[in-house]
Amino acid sequence: MKMLPKTLLLGGSFALMLTALCVIFLYVPTEEVMGVGQRILYIHVPVCWLAFFAFFITFLGSAVYLWRRANSWDTIAYSSAEIGIVFTTLALVTGSIWARCVWGVWWTWDARLTTTVVLWFIYLAYFIVRFSVTEEWRAARFAAVVGVVGFIDVPICALAIVLWRTHHPGPVIFEGGLTATMLMTLLLSLAAFTALYILLLWMRASLKDDEDEVKRLREVG
Amino acid sequence: MGKVITIAKKDILFELRTKRLLPGVLVFALLAIVIFNFAFAASLETIRLLTPGILWVTFAFAGILGLNRSFALEMEDGCLEGLMACPVSREVIYLGKVLGNLIFMLSIEVPALLVFGFLFNIAVFSLQLLAIVFLATLGFVAVGTLFSALAANTRARELVLPVLFLPLVIPVMISAVNASGLALSGESWSSLASWLEIIAAFDVIFLVTSVLIFNFVIEE
Repeated sequence: MKMLPKTLLLGGSFALMLTALCVIFLYVPTEEVMGVGQRILYIHVPVCWLAFFAFFITFLGSAVYLWRRANSWDTIAYSSAEIGIVFTTLALVTGSIWARCVWGVWWTWDARLTTTVVLWFIYLAYFIVRFSVTEEWRAARFAAVVGVVGFIDVPICALAIVLWRTHHPGPVIFEGGLTATMLMTLLLSLAAFTALYILLLWMRASLKDDEDEVKRLREVG
Repeated sequence: MGKVITIAKKDILFELRTKRLLPGVLVFALLAIVIFNFAFAASLETIRLLTPGILWVTFAFAGILGLNRSFALEMEDGCLEGLMACPVSREVIYLGKVLGNLIFMLSIEVPALLVFGFLFNIAVFSLQLLAIVFLATLGFVAVGTLFSALAANTRARELVLPVLFLPLVIPVMISAVNASGLALSGESWSSLASWLEIIAAFDVIFLVTSVLIFNFVIEE
């Protein structure tokens, strides 16, 4: 792998993340109604965005893999799914902390929370399928099928859950607008996390390439 | 279409001759209903609220039992190779298996509904409920047949199918439970419409996706 772009990305991502954290904790004013707990929003929203984006990349990678059968697409799909599951878990954790602060409960069956937890289960199944098949080529193909079918399920699921929730009204999500500084902070944080995702994907994909190479060499030797 | 029916007929004939699965799954479904009765200590008043949930959890679990065997049977004695050697496309094999599984599941659900209505003194049979059962079961088998084929090639087959199947059918579960609740309390068709639309959309989307993707699951 070319060293220069990777170093640049690493440095850029590090600088962005550091700036974002400084802005989140030192610069942006505390929200009046919810207090200091609201600051988790600047972490939570980017994390959620990446959770969905990572699985979208898994979907694309899986679809292209089934079509073209190039291992590199499977590597991208798999690496992105790994990052996605980490970010979905983080989204659920940061969301729970925020909910405890503002709603007074760790968990509620709100539409967004429910959809996220279903997403989490679908992609856990992705890994379970992957690890319960012995042959690498078959594992990749089956996982790709789950990657495609699982992602298609998400919008229908969201639709059903939203309709279901309207029958059981729960706490209303904070609907106030964000001030300009808050929006700026959120956008900066989004950029920082997206850069982190690209870096992680790159590193994980090259690691998986190395793993596959080691496996291949073992089989030959 | 004729070929699809031939494949479904093969599965039904096999089941009729060996009686390997249907009686067992039916007994399981009835037992589940009885166990739920103890679990909730259901009185005749509360049972109306609990009915949709009990029915759909029972159907989903009985479905998993049946679907698990759907392709597991084909793995024995090279049946799948024989099926793939048939001069039909993979899409036809998938649709044939879907039809077979649909008939199988409906022949579990209808007697289970009868017994349920008898035990809890509820009039379960209405056109509305039958429509919900048919549409939701079609959704179950559309996804279930695809994953049954996939799970049959994995190490922990009995585990992989439910872990894949249950999160994917959540939209059907939510809609079927809510629609059944409305149907049982005698609401009109129009109040059920949005739920039926979601189930129908799910059926169409997953039948089409599975037809397109099934080829990748069974190619060897």
